[in-house]
Amino acid sequence: MIELDCLGQKCPLPVIALARKIRDVGVGEVIRVLADDPAAANDIPAWCRMKKQEYLGSPAPDAFEVRRLS
Amino acid sequence: MDAASAVPLHPVAAEALVAALADGWADPARLYSASRRAQQLRDAAHAALAEALGVRPDEVSLWPSGTAAAQAAVLGGLAGRARRGDTLVHSAIEHSAVLHAAARGRAAEVGVDRLGRLDLDAWDRAVSAPGVALAGLISASHEVGTLQPVAAAADYCAEAGVPLFVDAAQSIGRVPVPPGWSLLSASAHKWGGPPGVGVLVVRKGVRWISPYPQDDLYRPGVPGALDLPAAVAAAASLRAVLGEAQAEAVRLSALVDRIRERVAATVPDVEVVGDPVQRLPHLVTFSCLYVDGEALLHALDRQGFAVSSGSSCTASTLRPSHVLEAMGVLSHGNVRISLHRGTTAAEVDRFLAVLPGLVAAIRAEAGM
Repeated sequence: MIELDCLGQKCPLPVIALARKIRDVGVGEVIRVLADDPAAANDIPAWCRMKKQEYLGSPAPDAFEVRRLS
Repeated sequence: MDAASAVPLHPVAAEALVAALADGWADPARLYSASRRAQQLRDAAHAALAEALGVRPDEVSLWPSGTAAAQAAVLGGLAGRARRGDTLVHSAIEHSAVLHAAARGRAAEVGVDRLGRLDLDAWDRAVSAPGVALAGLISASHEVGTLQPVAAAADYCAEAGVPLFVDAAQSIGRVPVPPGWSLLSASAHKWGGPPGVGVLVVRKGVRWISPYPQDDLYRPGVPGALDLPAAVAAAASLRAVLGEAQAEAVRLSALVDRIRERVAATVPDVEVVGDPVQRLPHLVTFSCLYVDGEALLHALDRQGFAVSSGSSCTASTLRPSHVLEAMGVLSHGNVRISLHRGTTAAEVDRFLAVLPGLVAAIRAEAGM
């Protein structure tokens, strides 16, 4: 699984990083984003909804998993 | 374009303020003629506000701000029902003034849907639970404009025997507030009155005990002197504003429709949030992906546009707006626009013309 370390970054930087990195993720594969900005827990699922990707949830504090759908 | 924070003084308010500064400076509690004059002005202000709100003059009290009035409603309403319970039921999208008061004691939060509308089934369950002293519901979201089902929420409260407090700061002077509530608060500088005047209505028969040390603990009123000239101006302007309210709501609502439509059409990767129909006439909110809200606010300010944002980078707490979080919508790149009687169609068009370029420039700088 690809891991993207955005710890210490303020929003919208983690979402920008995710949008760039998702291009390297194969369709159907999962990327894990590490982000501790308080907006990330809200904005990563919102980004998935807007960009038609699948939000898989937060398996650990400050970690968010996304499956590339398209 | 930030009427939801404060609007410029209505000309009627300015006129009344100047007159009342000359005439209403005395302490209305004293026994000389200047005080009697101040007393008359105070009573007339109460009567005018009561008439505008459709309540009795002795149900109206004046406070130093909408925040103070809302917190007096919550804390006084809870204290008045202490024998019945200690829990405040409130929506997840209340103004932070109400949430701060709620944090003083036990509270149960009720969520909203993606459009920002109260979950009525959860509300029914929450107000029917044992130990509930008071329920609090904002009349319409101050951040996204979605009108709340106040009448239905009030019905559930009535069934459960729980008084309902409605924070109507965004509605008064713009749209009618449905009946059924027991306590209501409003804020004069959101309808065109002066800053520093909050209104609290406590209906007859609702038990309220002052959270402040003062002589009369059972009759709502601020401890200490009231800004009487400001109160007179607030009352005069509310009457004037209500006279124009219907026509203004139609005009502003059409401008908001135009903003909702044009922003979605001209800005890529944007989410226009809130209920598109069941909404305040003057308020619209959207979020732009990959955009720093603070940078966008400053860029708009340089173009002469004053707007607000629920993004974390613009908040004193550095947390995203709890309203946007409760709705589960994007919180960064967030812009709230709220219009008033001075806003023209030409200004809205100029805003719509410059916005796409500003968003594109910020995205380009971020490499998107």
